[in-house]
Amino acid sequence: MGLPADTDPSFADYAHPERLVSTTWLAEHLGQPGLAVVESNEDVLLYSTGHIPGAVHLDWHTDLNDPVTRDYVDGAGFAAALSQRGISRDDTVVIYGDKNNWWAAYALWVFTLFGHEDVRLLDGGRAAWIAEGRELTTEVPTPQPTEYPVVERDDASIRAFKEDVLAFLGGQLVDVRSAPEYSGERTTMPDYPEEGALRGGHIPGAQSVPWARAAQEDGRFRSRAELESIYLQEKGLDPSQPVIAYCRIGERSSHTWFVLRHLLGFDDVKNYDGSWTEWGNAVRVPIATGDQPGEVPQR
Amino acid sequence: MTDAELPGAFAAIVDDFQALTEPDRLQLLLEFAEGLPDLPERYADHPELLEPVPECQSPVFLVVEVGEAADGADAPVEVFLSAPRESPTTRGFAGILTEGLAGLTASQVLAVPDDVPHRLGLDRAVSPLRLRGMAGMLGRIKRQVRERVAA
Repeated sequence: MGLPADTDPSFADYAHPERLVSTTWLAEHLGQPGLAVVESNEDVLLYSTGHIPGAVHLDWHTDLNDPVTRDYVDGAGFAAALSQRGISRDDTVVIYGDKNNWWAAYALWVFTLFGHEDVRLLDGGRAAWIAEGRELTTEVPTPQPTEYPVVERDDASIRAFKEDVLAFLGGQLVDVRSAPEYSGERTTMPDYPEEGALRGGHIPGAQSVPWARAAQEDGRFRSRAELESIYLQEKGLDPSQPVIAYCRIGERSSHTWFVLRHLLGFDDVKNYDGSWTEWGNAVRVPIATGDQPGEVPQR
Repeated sequence: MTDAELPGAFAAIVDDFQALTEPDRLQLLLEFAEGLPDLPERYADHPELLEPVPECQSPVFLVVEVGEAADGADAPVEVFLSAPRESPTTRGFAGILTEGLAGLTASQVLAVPDDVPHRLGLDRAVSPLRLRGMAGMLGRIKRQVRERVAA
């Protein structure tokens, strides 16, 4: 079951190197039975301008989110989206996308909520593939629909809700937004009333590690040693203790979730997808401002 | 949604979008992205003359020129926008604004209703963040027009 892992030596140090594939590995395996390639971008039109041959498009907004409730699709919705794209439950799924795989990591995290076992990221994402001059096509594949099973979403293992975070205060929290978002400084824009959250700042005790620090200039992940120097040495996170990551709506923190869980091998990592758009609008939750984690209130 | 009227060219663009199914609307948006003209040399070589649009998730820059007229309100407006090819949705919105505002006077640009991004029928297919980006572009265009008319 599943395609062989990429044995690229640059992945060898990661805790779970089998969660990454290189552009070379993907180019060599394109078209093989049992491999599904999925493009997931922030920009809904980007796939149409050209994509990796055989890749299907999955949009975070229209395919993975429930259209009414603020939640992900349910088991039936996920099964329908994957069946339509010809993906089977035991396929090796390789996801890639724009912006350092930001949305690809989000899609991977949602696949994980549904327990899809073999799901991997293309290291460097769309930009790395294009930078190497590899083939792109505008031809949209028409895969034979599959019968992806309806699997109940498991929200308990890798997803945190607001109540979970409130009960977790004092534990390891990572805020992956930019520095001004973390400090609560207002980024005022003329002719444009600030939207999104009524309060600025961060969850008390949260460490600030902007998500893109985990990526190199070319969009590929930093080496394990570099990642450890950021998350372990600089921020003092303990891989054996639980950690919750958050951002604004849970997408950027999916990227950090991937880094902590699969590259650094943290045992228990959750993504708080309500993130700042929930916390910063909630009544009577504690907030810290400024560039320090701040005092954690006594419970 | 208000019923404020759109200028002719802009209204025609909205009608074109409304007449299509959702996938075809995205295709049309892609055509606008491909049709966004390059900046003229006087701006291409001088990025410092352009205003960034931080509401967009991608690097978008714009500048507005307002011509001479006895009454500033009648002065012709020209809008120049740049957006990267890697961000076709944003480019598409820039293309719609460029075409929809072409040939309008200052008072006509200022009268364009602010809800125009939501009249294209893309609210479901395109993330709200993107539509806010278009609103951000329009808001900044109007502010530049007001500043230049007052100057």
